[in-house]
Amino acid sequence: MVPVTYYVALSAVLFTIGALGVLIRRNALIIFMSIELMLNAANLAFVAFASVNGILDGQIFVFFIMTVAAAEVAVGLALIVAIFRTKKSIDVDQINMLKG
Amino acid sequence: MTINLFLFLVLAVVVVATALGMLFSKNAVYSALFLVLNFSTVAVFYLLLGAPFIALTQVTVYAGAIMVLFLFVIMLLGTEELEESKVLPWQKPTALFLAFVLLVEGIYLMVMQKTTGLIPTPVADAGSPEVIGNMLFNKYLLPFEATSILLLVAMVGAIVLTLKKKGGQN
Repeated sequence: MVPVTYYVALSAVLFTIGALGVLIRRNALIIFMSIELMLNAANLAFVAFASVNGILDGQIFVFFIMTVAAAEVAVGLALIVAIFRTKKSIDVDQINMLKG
Repeated sequence: MTINLFLFLVLAVVVVATALGMLFSKNAVYSALFLVLNFSTVAVFYLLLGAPFIALTQVTVYAGAIMVLFLFVIMLLGTEELEESKVLPWQKPTALFLAFVLLVEGIYLMVMQKTTGLIPTPVADAGSPEVIGNMLFNKYLLPFEATSILLLVAMVGAIVLTLKKKGGQN
C-alpha cells in the first residue's frame, strides 16, 4: 500500500521540473514539452485522489485535460511553425517584436 | 517493503529521471523521446491507481499522437539544437531559485493537507471503459459535447495558422 501523499509529492516534483523547463530553456518546442509535463503532473494528482477517494470523477477530468492538451498542442505547434516561417528561428529570445 | 511501494519507488525514479533528461537534453529529439518514456511510465502509474482506461488513453493520445506531432514538427523545422543565448544572463540562477521555492511550496501544500490514506488495491472493473463511458455519456454529457467543439476549433485553427496565403503578403 502506497500513501497518497507519495503520489502528490511526485506530482509536485514533476510540475516543478516542467515549470523549470519553461523558465530556463529557450527552444520553443522544449518549452512546449515542459507545459505538457506540467499538465501530466496535474493528471497524476487527479488520478491519485480519484483512487484514494474511490470516486471516478477525477478520471473523467483527466480525460478532458487530455483533450484540451491535444487541442493545445495542435494550435501551439501550428503557431511555432508560423513563427519559424517569419523569423527563421524558434528561439524565444529572438521573438521580441510585436509585429515582425 | 511491499511490492506496491517497491514498484512506486522504481517508477518514480524513472519518471523523475526522464523528466530531467527531457529538461537537460541539448537535442530536441532526445527531449521528445525522454518525454515519450515519461508519459509511458506515468501510464503504468495510472494502471497501479486503478485507471486502466486513462492509462491506455495516455499511451495513445500523449505518448502516441502528441509526441509524434512534436517529432514531426522538429523534423519539419530542422531546429534540434539552438546555441546558448546570452540575452538574460541572470535568468538561469533566478529560475533555479524560483523553481526550488515552487517545489518546497508545492510539496508543503500538497502533502500537508487533510486528504491522507493509502491507495487501495484496484478492483477489477474500476475505471474500465464501460464505467468511464457511462459517466461520460450521462453525468458529463455536456462537457463531452463541448470537447468536440473544442477539437473542431483547434483543428480549424491549426489549418488556418499554417495556411500559406496565395497573395504573398504574410
